[in-house]
Amino acid sequence: MPAFISFLTITEFTIFGLPEDISNLIFMVLGAAIFCGVSAVMALLGVYLERKISAKMQDRLGPMEVGSHGILQTLADAVKLLLKEDIVPAAADKTLHFIAPVMIFAATLAAFAVLQFSEGIVFSDLNVGIFYIIAISSFVVIAIILAGWSSNNKWSLLGGMRAAAQIVSFEIPASLAVMVVVMSVGSLNLGDIIDAQEGSMFSWMIFRFFPFNFIAFIVFFVASLAELNRAPFDMPEAESEIVAGFATEYSGFKWSCFFLAEYANMFLVSVVITTLFLGGWRSPFGDFLNSQPFQLFWLLSKAFVIIFIQMWLRWTLPRVRVDQLMYTSWKVLTPFAFVAMIGVGLLMIL
Amino acid sequence: MNIPFYDILFYVFAALIVSSAAVMVFSRNVIYSAVGLLFAFFGVAAIYVLLGADFVAVAQILIYVGGILVLLIFGVMLSQKVTSVDIKNGAVQIVPAILVVGGVLFILIRVLLSTPWGAASGRNIQDVDLTAAVEPTTQQIGRLLMTEYLIPFEIVSVLLLGALIGAAFIARKDA
Repeated sequence: MPAFISFLTITEFTIFGLPEDISNLIFMVLGAAIFCGVSAVMALLGVYLERKISAKMQDRLGPMEVGSHGILQTLADAVKLLLKEDIVPAAADKTLHFIAPVMIFAATLAAFAVLQFSEGIVFSDLNVGIFYIIAISSFVVIAIILAGWSSNNKWSLLGGMRAAAQIVSFEIPASLAVMVVVMSVGSLNLGDIIDAQEGSMFSWMIFRFFPFNFIAFIVFFVASLAELNRAPFDMPEAESEIVAGFATEYSGFKWSCFFLAEYANMFLVSVVITTLFLGGWRSPFGDFLNSQPFQLFWLLSKAFVIIFIQMWLRWTLPRVRVDQLMYTSWKVLTPFAFVAMIGVGLLMIL
Repeated sequence: MNIPFYDILFYVFAALIVSSAAVMVFSRNVIYSAVGLLFAFFGVAAIYVLLGADFVAVAQILIYVGGILVLLIFGVMLSQKVTSVDIKNGAVQIVPAILVVGGVLFILIRVLLSTPWGAASGRNIQDVDLTAAVEPTTQQIGRLLMTEYLIPFEIVSVLLLGALIGAAFIARKDA
């Protein structure tokens, strides 16, 4: 059964001469704690960026008071959220109302385990890495539906059901777009996918089998926007229609779990897009500036460019209608994803 | 000192499967049953991981949690009385159910007792090197699906296609 350990850790050495089992256990717990911290910091940073970018786009200043240019504002908000009273509606289903935010955060965090942050810095070099990310994200859907149902509120329920329909629909083009990359590389392992993109920026997956992988990139980007419930596909929490959707009846720490999960998911998706299509942690200039600290820098800068585009779209585009959303998924993205897949297949055998 | 790490994990997940399956069966609330099923699926996926079947474990989560369970809960919510907690999960047809379940249990126990577990993989259980890393399975599964098991694979996909067309036909407005 030690197969388990080979899936979960790549660390070979032990700490302080402890037995290997205990040492590995400590590594796993430490790694999980680090990812908790990383995702929380990324969420705080994401919220701050969102406020500042939206302010710039709307010709405002955004948060300016707390810290220089409001840089401590999200930290103050986080402290405020943690200290707030936790209100559970009297008619809510208490158990599920509690499980939903825990599950959404746990699922988001679990997906972080396979990400490659730079050469050799990966918590779990899972052989089915990208497949695992797609699979574990399905817990997010369940958590959102449960949140919507357990709140016992019509807006919550509508938000939950919209989210379920939306995420399930967009999972199909997203998975097909991932398939295109997996076909081009011949592996589900994220490390193999990054290795296949060795060289300068023109060997990135986005330029491979042109234009089919580029189509897959666009399809995956749009589908991931919808899976994140981000504008223009933010029907599950459309403020003007259903208050705050599935999160309407949540407050305090539980609400911040949803919020944290949303921004952590944005970061996750950006890293996945970077890994699949933009060379992961590889430098755009081949071996130039490709040492380990720079790899982390490249990964984060590519991911933050993607995050910036996500925010840019949110503050530029109006929300689509539900029927337009389904049209986008089934009649636009899915056929294009199939075209990309068949095209890559043809080019591979030619 | 060597902790039986995997044994502990196995029993933790086995307990999770059994208890959540019990919740699923005995709960009067359909949503609770669905959540019980969710944790049972998750526990089964964990057992697959312990067995070294990485691809099957992830496929289990993707198909059962991401597909079937979502549709199940969605279906429950679309049915009557969603906003009240009235959706009940009562027992019906108790006598035939006990007969059928008893029969299935009998067959399962027979299979359990008559299977030579150690020899099932063609090896003696003592000879298997448990410390060796288990090989990745994805490539082998893909190769076998495209060669040895191509016909069953295609038949299953035709069956699924049939189900899909049937569902679309039933859902049609002017049917």
